Amino acid sequence: MKDELIDYCLRLGDSSLILSHRIAEYCSKAPILEEDLAITNVGLDLLGQAENFLNYAANLKGNTTADLLTFKRREGDFRCLHLVQTPNTDFAFILARQFFMDCYHQILFKKLLNSKDETILGISKKAIKEVNYHLDRSSDWIKRLGLGTKESNERIQNAINDLWMYTDELFTDNSTDLSMEKNKIAPLSSSLKDEWSQMVVNTLKDSEIEVPEDIYYSLKYGKDGFHTEYLGYILAEMQHLPLLYPDATW
Amino acid sequence: MSRDDQGILWEVFIQVKAGRAYKHVGSLHAYDKEMAMKSARDLYTRRNEGNGIWIVKAEDIVSSEASDGEAFFDPSNDKVYRHPTFYKIPDGVKHI
Repeated sequence: MKDELIDYCLRLGDSSLILSHRIAEYCSKAPILEEDLAITNVGLDLLGQAENFLNYAANLKGNTTADLLTFKRREGDFRCLHLVQTPNTDFAFILARQFFMDCYHQILFKKLLNSKDETILGISKKAIKEVNYHLDRSSDWIKRLGLGTKESNERIQNAINDLWMYTDELFTDNSTDLSMEKNKIAPLSSSLKDEWSQMVVNTLKDSEIEVPEDIYYSLKYGKDGFHTEYLGYILAEMQHLPLLYPDATW
Repeated sequence: MSRDDQGILWEVFIQVKAGRAYKHVGSLHAYDKEMAMKSARDLYTRRNEGNGIWIVKAEDIVSSEASDGEAFFDPSNDKVYRHPTFYKIPDGVKHI
């Protein structure tokens, strides 16, 4: 059970970590200054959540730290979802990816408030406040882009269509999910799907964005350690400094 | 929308604690009230600076002109008697 709990913490921690890294890449590139600061704030919240989950994973594992897990781990040992690895194609892609993850996080963290594991419960309690705000912001932008101009509608529709196939991983159960649910630590991933779909579909409809058909594109998932072509490049950038200068301090 | 269209200019006021006066902290650009409120929260309260936000469209603020200074403010320069400093305070009065 301990191995599965570590795996679960890595999944949540790594997903927030890589998403926060993607957002950090976007820093200074948002269309307006106000938005640049806002999206960077969201990235920092996610980094904090990642740190909490990775600290817990490191404690459970022993002989390691959250920093070591972040900067000295191989690609195949990461457990982040494919969705968070997708590139910052444009503002619409960044917002669509964020909106999908915010809905997922809100539903998940709410359920984790019933977790039998006190650390996971504690982290979720803190995270849910942040996530509520993230969702408020991203769903607001989905509406603005959907109902904005012809071009903004096309761009957000395009982003939603392209990213849709990555969302099926969010609701697929593996052996870790089964163990977490059996030990009353976390809900099955599949149990989050209906609420998520309802939330997303409602917002898309209100925004005059068409809901894509479900696609099952992959037999291998990030949560099982099989990644998109993007993750290697993300890690190369994120890890190169500590690998080149192992003793560097701030 | 042109690339440099950042929306309307808004002025932001923050209340540090319940009961205190709202103080002007700066301005921001946004297209409407909702966006202005979200941006104000992100720009001006991210380091726990306050628990209340007021936002006003900059164009709705009526302000005095710098060129009006003489007529507006100079006449009060030499009227010290407008300050309540010509009274003797009785010894018994403490908190004044």
